[in-house]
Amino acid sequence: MGGRDATMVLLDENGIRCDGRKIDEPRRIMIKAGGLKNADGSAYIEFGDNKILVGVFGPRDVHPKHMSDTDTGILRVRYHMEPFSVGERKRPAPSRREIEISKVIKEALEPAVMLEKFPRTAVDVFIEVLQADGGTRCAALTAASVALADAGIPMRDMVAAIASGKVADTIILDVNNEEDQAGQADMPVGYMPSLKKITLLQLDGVLTPEEYKKCVDVGVKGCEVVYELQKKALHDKYFGNKGD
Amino acid sequence: MTSDSVIDELKKAQILELLEQGKRVDGRTLDEPRKICIEINAIPKANGSARVYLGDTQVLCGVKIQPDKPFPDVGDKGMFMCTAELLPLSHPTVETGPPQAPVIELARVVDRGIRESHMVDVSDLVIEKDKSVVGVFADVVAIDYDGNLFDACSYAATAALLTSKTPTWEMVDDQPSVVEGADKPLPVTTIPVSVTMGKIGNYIVVDPNGDEWDSMDSRVTITTDSDGNICALQKGGSDGFTQDEINQCGELSIKVGAKIREQLKSVQQESQ
Repeated sequence: MGGRDATMVLLDENGIRCDGRKIDEPRRIMIKAGGLKNADGSAYIEFGDNKILVGVFGPRDVHPKHMSDTDTGILRVRYHMEPFSVGERKRPAPSRREIEISKVIKEALEPAVMLEKFPRTAVDVFIEVLQADGGTRCAALTAASVALADAGIPMRDMVAAIASGKVADTIILDVNNEEDQAGQADMPVGYMPSLKKITLLQLDGVLTPEEYKKCVDVGVKGCEVVYELQKKALHDKYFGNKGD
Repeated sequence: MTSDSVIDELKKAQILELLEQGKRVDGRTLDEPRKICIEINAIPKANGSARVYLGDTQVLCGVKIQPDKPFPDVGDKGMFMCTAELLPLSHPTVETGPPQAPVIELARVVDRGIRESHMVDVSDLVIEKDKSVVGVFADVVAIDYDGNLFDACSYAATAALLTSKTPTWEMVDDQPSVVEGADKPLPVTTIPVSVTMGKIGNYIVVDPNGDEWDSMDSRVTITTDSDGNICALQKGGSDGFTQDEINQCGELSIKVGAKIREQLKSVQQESQ
């Protein structure tokens, strides 16, 4: 996505990262519930320089029909990046990466959504990455949870997500694009804070067994911070002042 | 493999009932992988190859090594790529046509495990910087399905790479040309081992077989390297894990992986 700069200092002697953050400091996160007129639920998130829009439809009839399940509703997720969202133009057709991320996000949301209440129906989650800057899957999952809640779909919990990682032999919270490209490890974590369950977890990069445990822990704690912002976004829409 | 029939529900109930007594359907302990059989050089025309049986799951990997143009931003490194595919003869539900999400995930997870371990030393695969590099392609096909293709494909690719012989090229008239009689083993730095664990109810089982695979609530695939470090992970399936379970799976993958690594190492030694 971005170019790599070998001379860039990822972590300076004062423990400050390339974008001025401390090791356990997330980027600026702004979540807005609602915003789309036609979708049953929607959310918009700015997560650092990521800008992601999510629309939710359903529960509604399943097309094609053979996909429907008589025992439960089904969840369908499409994660899609706009051609202009990254440095070099991305071809608009879904890439293998986008197909995998769609699946991973779907499986991260499934434990949260009470699909069994709506047999023979589908809930569709459309994620559009308008601008990408590292950590899109976590930002997308965070926004998708808010959009599902905004659609009024019964849920057990919301999934909050953020990546932890390793840069200059240090475990950090919220990996940005530069740290993802030049760092040592990236671990996206999706977590349901009330149910204490990890529903999305991936890793690439080398970690010792101790670093592995710490990385999971830093990610889970980061999700708890994101969770508060998700709740605030919903609160602002439904209980906030109209002028906000 | 996805739709639940009444039979599947009954099977799942039986699997859970056995797990409550500390048993598995095929008599293994919870942290015991199935028997792994590795046949190397199954395809002599490939630069390296391996057929792997993981219980009744059977996969085949062929490695092709050939000169290629480098990626524009990394002219000082060779290329490594691993793919995985389900052949239509491997299971009645597999259809021909473009790969579906589960197969794309399989291929990407197998590739990521080996890639992130830095097993193949790509900096040693340059013929002429920015002009010509060596590409290493490990293509895995699933021939017979009985659960856990993630690990079977990973072992096949790893075994094939460990026993691959690469030709040597030199630049003649700006074109790479093979140097006769200069074949050598592929430069490898570590042996990655992938261990997949399924969660059925509250039980974690290593290397789920086909019936367990259909019954499990979620899974996690963890790849470790020769130093006992964790280098890749993928969670899948429609349920979550607690933080304790994720830590436990990390420890299991190191312990179980170490034994499997010994088997891969002996395959490598026999080939030399």
